[in-house]
Order: sequence, then structure tokens, then C-alpha cells
Amino acid sequence: MSDIRNELKYVASHEWIRDEGDGTVTIGITDHAQDLLGDVVFVELPDVGTDVAAGDDAGVVESVKAASDVYVPLSGEVVEVNEQLEESPELVNSDPYGDGWFFRIKLSDVAELDDLLDADAYGELCEGES
Amino acid sequence: MTNKTALYDQHLAMGAKVVDFGGWDMPLNYGSQIEEHNKVRQTSGMFDVSHMTIVDVTGADAAEYLRYLLANDVARLKVKGKALYSGMLNEDGKVIDDLIVYRMTDPGVSGEWFRVVVNCATREKDLRWMAEQTARLDVALTEQPELSMVAIQGPEAIEKVKSVLNESRGRLIDGLSIFQGQESEGWFIARTGYSGEDGLEIIVPEDEISEFWAALADAGVSPCGLGARDTLRLEAGMNLYGADMDETVSPLVSGMGWTIAWEPESRHFCGRAALEAEKAAGVAQKMVGLVMQSRGVLRGHQKVIVEGVGEGEITSGTFSPTLNLSIALARVPVGTGDHAMVDIRGKLVPVSVVRPPFVRHGKKVFS
Repeated sequence: MSDIRNELKYVASHEWIRDEGDGTVTIGITDHAQDLLGDVVFVELPDVGTDVAAGDDAGVVESVKAASDVYVPLSGEVVEVNEQLEESPELVNSDPYGDGWFFRIKLSDVAELDDLLDADAYGELCEGES
Repeated sequence: MTNKTALYDQHLAMGAKVVDFGGWDMPLNYGSQIEEHNKVRQTSGMFDVSHMTIVDVTGADAAEYLRYLLANDVARLKVKGKALYSGMLNEDGKVIDDLIVYRMTDPGVSGEWFRVVVNCATREKDLRWMAEQTARLDVALTEQPELSMVAIQGPEAIEKVKSVLNESRGRLIDGLSIFQGQESEGWFIARTGYSGEDGLEIIVPEDEISEFWAALADAGVSPCGLGARDTLRLEAGMNLYGADMDETVSPLVSGMGWTIAWEPESRHFCGRAALEAEKAAGVAQKMVGLVMQSRGVLRGHQKVIVEGVGEGEITSGTFSPTLNLSIALARVPVGTGDHAMVDIRGKLVPVSVVRPPFVRHGKKVFS
């Protein structure tokens, strides 16, 4: 069973979102997503300063098995990306909710946070898939 | 309903992630396929390959039959136990399957027989085809579904296997040359594999495999899944049936030219006439290796563009854990030189064109 954290929010495309409480959110992919992908070997992320809209694809995760788009779950400006992933993409597998985070966004519309799934809803979605 | 090998419960207990592969529930990995890959390159790993189809070929005409059935020539097998890699072609000279054939007896002795190992996904069509070709010959084909098969690969593989077997089997292993196998008290132990490392493939009665697998694990041999098997074989420049070749292509455009035994000219093998015609007309494509220096991973079916020459296609691509970059096998126009471009999701990325393999015995081998 994959690890789903209660303190995080989710979207159906398997990204997790952590509200940092300062108008920014941190985004990564879930344990379920990394498990489906298998060993991650490259992560391509948006540049800092990029304006993104919810639903955009903002990068690519490549595992040994497949390439998968990274979707932006919320609109705003990319203010930080996890540069460690360039050297150590395996962090996405070993610590998807910690050191394997992808990027941080300064939200343009905080109300979008209400559209996200909570842990229970995301858990149900994963079960329905498997 | 999928098939399960005799080791299925042990795979689950070892944490395997299981996938359907050609109708079989097989381990994809036991955690990280890259770690499994590296184990095989650096120490040793073991694979359950019991899903593969074993067919014994017996009867007075066994050799004559195989000399017609296969593009490679079993007459090249001069010593008991020696193995040969070959394509099995249809009349059009296209690849029905690739396989390994072992000579199980010395040439010409009475009771001469061979053992053939074919792919699992092609089992039914292979068996049907093989049965059709026996017409008018004294040949019997016997599938051996009750036999299990394990591949132990890596620089320490042979030592590890010997450490869990009795002395007589150890001596038998010491006596094996590369690409040779021998029977031992109901087992068949062969120095073959699909990884580019030294190692063994061992065929064992189903009811003895669990104990052997557990003993290997206790001796420190890492279980490896199909994921690592694929990256290892691709680094070793070995074809995968269904990806790199199938019934739509000939061995001449699949990097399998070396497996066609043209001599003696008098040997009529299935597909020979078509291959000769293809050669006479000029073979249009060739199989090459691609290496990409930039970030990203080459994948099967991506288009290869060779400026001024034409286009080709990647047949299998992956990330090479040993080289830390992406590699691929591709079918390209014969005139392709040292460089090409690959269309990766709409972006043209430069690659170098090399001669496979990419890795042998843990080391980079292309220039």
C-alpha cells in the first residue's frame, strides 16, 4: 500500500501539494506515482520565474520505464525548484514527500486550494486505479 | 488467468512488484531495478526465467530437422552441451522467434537430441510452427513445462552458485566453456545468459527450484526482475523479440546477420531463398546503437533522422545505469554514419551512432 500523508493535498494526476501558509505551496509527486514510474533517472523542471496556470504541464519525469509529464496543480509563479534532483533524481523514489520535492509556487489565486483532494479522497482514487 | 512460476510465492515474500509478462505473473523488480542492474554488473544477481519455453527435440532426424528449422546451423555444434543462438525464420525470411539451442549429445551418436529454449510470449505460434516443420521426418518435440529455470549472472555469479551446490556439480561448472551446458543428476547447467556478464542458466525440476533459489539468496545473490533484465540486455546489445525484431523484419536488418550460417551452400534452411534475394537486391537498413549525451531517455518507436540519408526508428531505448546516459537500438538506413537526430516529443536531439554492445563485463565497450 502506498504512503499517503494526511497533512498534504492532492490532485488526480498524482501530484501532492503542501500549503506553506505564506501564500506559497510546495509540489511533488506522490509515493503512488513514484512507485508506478519505477526508478526515476531525470527530472526536467520549469525555470524559476515562470508563470504557470493550473493544468499546465511544466516538466517531465523520466524513469527507466517511461516518461511522464509533470502537471501544475495550481496557478502562480515558480519561485523555487529542487536543484538537487538534477544530480540525484532517485530522491523522487526514496523520499517523494521530502527531499524529492519538485518546485514551489507563489499562488495567484488562493481559492484554487479548495479544489484539491484530501488524503482520503486521493486514497480512494488510487485504490480505484489499481 | 495468468501463469505463475514455482517461485511466485518466494517473489512476493521478497517484495517483488509483479507484472503480467506474456501471460505470466513475473517480478518487475524487488524495489529498485537500477540497484538490481548494478548488482549484476558488480557482484551477482538471479532471475526467475521459468516462464521461458523449453522444448526437447529427439528422434533420428533431430539434427536434420533443426538444420532446416534454424538460420544458424546446429552442425556447428561439435561438442556435447554446446549452445547456439539462432533466429527461426518463416519462408519470407522474417523472424518468428529467436532462441538458444543446446546440443545434448555428441554429434552422430544414436539417440542424438537437442534442447531448444524459446520466448514465452511466442510459445504457441512457435510450437505450432515447429510441429508443422516435422512433416516426413523422424522427430519428436516434447515441451518441458515442469522444468524451472534460473539465470544467475554477474562477475561473482559462478562462485556463488558453486558455493551452494555439491562438489560434483561444482566440477561440472568448472569444466564448462562459454556457451556450453551439461546435465547433472536431472539438472541442466549452462554457461549462458542475457546480461553481458559471465554466469549460468540452470534448468531444474520444478520441485527442487525453491530450495535452490532460497540457498542462492542466503549466499547473497540478489533477486532481479524483468526491469533489470531489460537494461542489462540492452547494454549488452542483445535483441528483445517483439521490440527489436518480429515477423515483419529479416535478421539482416535486425543485427542478426552473424546468426545466419550461409555455409555450406547446400544447406537449405527455412527463409534462405528470401534472405538471398534480399541480399542480392541490397539490404536497405541496419541495426545500430545510439548514445545520447544530453539529459533524457530514448524510447522505442521514436523517429531517428539521418540528415541527407533518411529516417529510421528506435526499436528499444532505455537509461543505461552503467553508463549513466541513455542508449538505444535503432533500425536505420544503411548509409547512416556516426551521427543522427532523434525526435523526442517534438524536439530533435543529437545522438551518436555506435556499434553495439554498449557494455561488456561491467565496462563501456563502444568508442
